[in-house]
Amino acid sequence: MNMAAKKALEVYLDMLSQPCRAVHIFLNHNKIPHTVKTVALRKGENRTAEFTKLNPMQKVPVMVDNGFVLTESDAILKYLATNYHVPEHWYPRQSERRAKVDEYTAWHHNYIRPHAAKVFIMEVLVPRMTRQPVEQPKLQRALEQLGDTLDKLEGMFLKRQPFLCGDDISLADLLAVCEIMQPLGGGRDILKGRRKLESWRSRVISALQGSFEEGHQILYQLRDKTTSKL
Amino acid sequence: MPLEIYLDLVSEPCRSVYIFAKKNNIPFEFKKILLFKGEQYREEFGKVNYFKKVPVIKDGDFTVSESIAILIYLAEKYGTPDHWYPADLQTRARVDEYLSWQHSGMRKHAAKILWLKAFGIDVPKEKMDSAMEDLEETLTAFEEKFLQDKPFIAGQKISLADLVAIVEIMQPLGAGVNVFEVRPKLRAWKDRVRAEIGPVLFDEAHQMIFNVEEVAKTIDPSAKEIFKPKIIKLFL
Repeated sequence: MNMAAKKALEVYLDMLSQPCRAVHIFLNHNKIPHTVKTVALRKGENRTAEFTKLNPMQKVPVMVDNGFVLTESDAILKYLATNYHVPEHWYPRQSERRAKVDEYTAWHHNYIRPHAAKVFIMEVLVPRMTRQPVEQPKLQRALEQLGDTLDKLEGMFLKRQPFLCGDDISLADLLAVCEIMQPLGGGRDILKGRRKLESWRSRVISALQGSFEEGHQILYQLRDKTTSKL
Repeated sequence: MPLEIYLDLVSEPCRSVYIFAKKNNIPFEFKKILLFKGEQYREEFGKVNYFKKVPVIKDGDFTVSESIAILIYLAEKYGTPDHWYPADLQTRARVDEYLSWQHSGMRKHAAKILWLKAFGIDVPKEKMDSAMEDLEETLTAFEEKFLQDKPFIAGQKISLADLVAIVEIMQPLGAGVNVFEVRPKLRAWKDRVRAEIGPVLFDEAHQMIFNVEEVAKTIDPSAKEIFKPKIIKLFL
C-alpha cells in the first residue's frame, strides 16, 4: 500500500497496555499499513492537553482512520477486521460464529481483563509507585480470583475446541492472550501448570508468529528488569 | 423449536434483551429465572448456561449468553431495522464503542446501589458516598463523551447502545436515587428513548425495579444469607 494509506491510519498506543498490544499485533499480523504514535502512560502522556482533546477519557488505544476517531479495543478490532478485509476467522460473518466472539469479548471485560490486570498492578505497578512491598494477603485473594476465572476460561471456552471461539484463532484469542501475558512483566506466568491453557497459548503464539514476539518486547524487557531485582 | 430466552427483569441486561425482542416482535418463549430465589444455581439451568447467569438464549441447539452478543445476534438473525445495529461501518463502530465501554463504565456503578439497598446491606457511609460519586462521574462521562449534543448515542437514531445504556441508568431509580433530577440533558435523552421504545413496553419492563424492596422481602432468609456475601464481594 502507498504512503498516503499508511499516514491515513494512526493508532495511539502504549505497548505496556494489554489492549494496545492486541491492536498492534493485529495490524502487523494482517499487514495493515499504519502509523504508531506512542503514548507513555507512566510519563502521563495520556493527560496532555493534546491527547485529552483526542480522547477525553485519557485512555489508550485510540485509532484515527482518515479522521475517524475510535476508542475501545473491542470496537477498534472489529472495525479494522471489517474495514481492512482480513481473513474471516478473526471476526466471522456467520451469525452464530460471530455471536461466540461477541460473547467472549463481552465476558472478557468482567473476568480476564480485570483479574489478570489486578495481579500485575499489585505485583509491579503499586510497589513501584508506593515503594512499599507487595501486600501479600491482597495478592493471594487476587490470585485466587484469577484462578477461578482461568478455570472458567478453560471450562467454557476450550472444552472441545482448539481456540476460544472455534477451530480457528479469532479476536477473542488475541485479546485474551495479551491479558494473560501481562503478569509476566512481574515474572509471573499465570498459566504455569495449566496444561490445557498452556497448549492454547502455544497455538495462539504459533498462529501469530513474529508479530506476537515483536509486540511483547517491551513486556519482556520489564520482566527482565523486574526479575533481575528479585 | 421456538427461541427460548431466560430472563429475570430485575436484571438490567435481561431488560435490554426483553425490550429488544418485544419491540421487534421477535417470537420467543419467556423462561423466567428468579435470581432472588437462586434459580440460576439450579442444575437444569447450569446445563443451559455454564456461567449460571442471565440473560441467555437457546435457539435450537445454539446457546449464547452475554446481552451484547444476544442483542447483536437477534438484530442480524431477525433483520431488525438498520438503526439498531447499523450496517454503516463507522456508525456501527460508535455503537460497538459504547457497548464495550459500558462494561466497566456504566454497568458497574449503576447496578451497585440498587443491589445494596435491596438486600438491606448496611453499607458504611464512605462506601455509599464513594459509590454515589462513581455513579455521578460515570453519568457525566456518558453525557459528555457518548451523548454530547446528539439525540442518541450513535447520532440521529436510537440503537442498541441507547437500549443497553437506558436499562443501566434506570437501575438506581429502584433504590430511590433519581439520577435525572439534576441532569436535564440525560432526562431529555431518557424521554426520547422511552418514546422510541414505546412507553407501555418501557414501563412494563421496568416495573420490577420499583418493587425491589417488596421482592426482597419474599426472599427466603437462608437464600438471603447466601446472597449477601456474594453481593458484598461484588460491590464493596
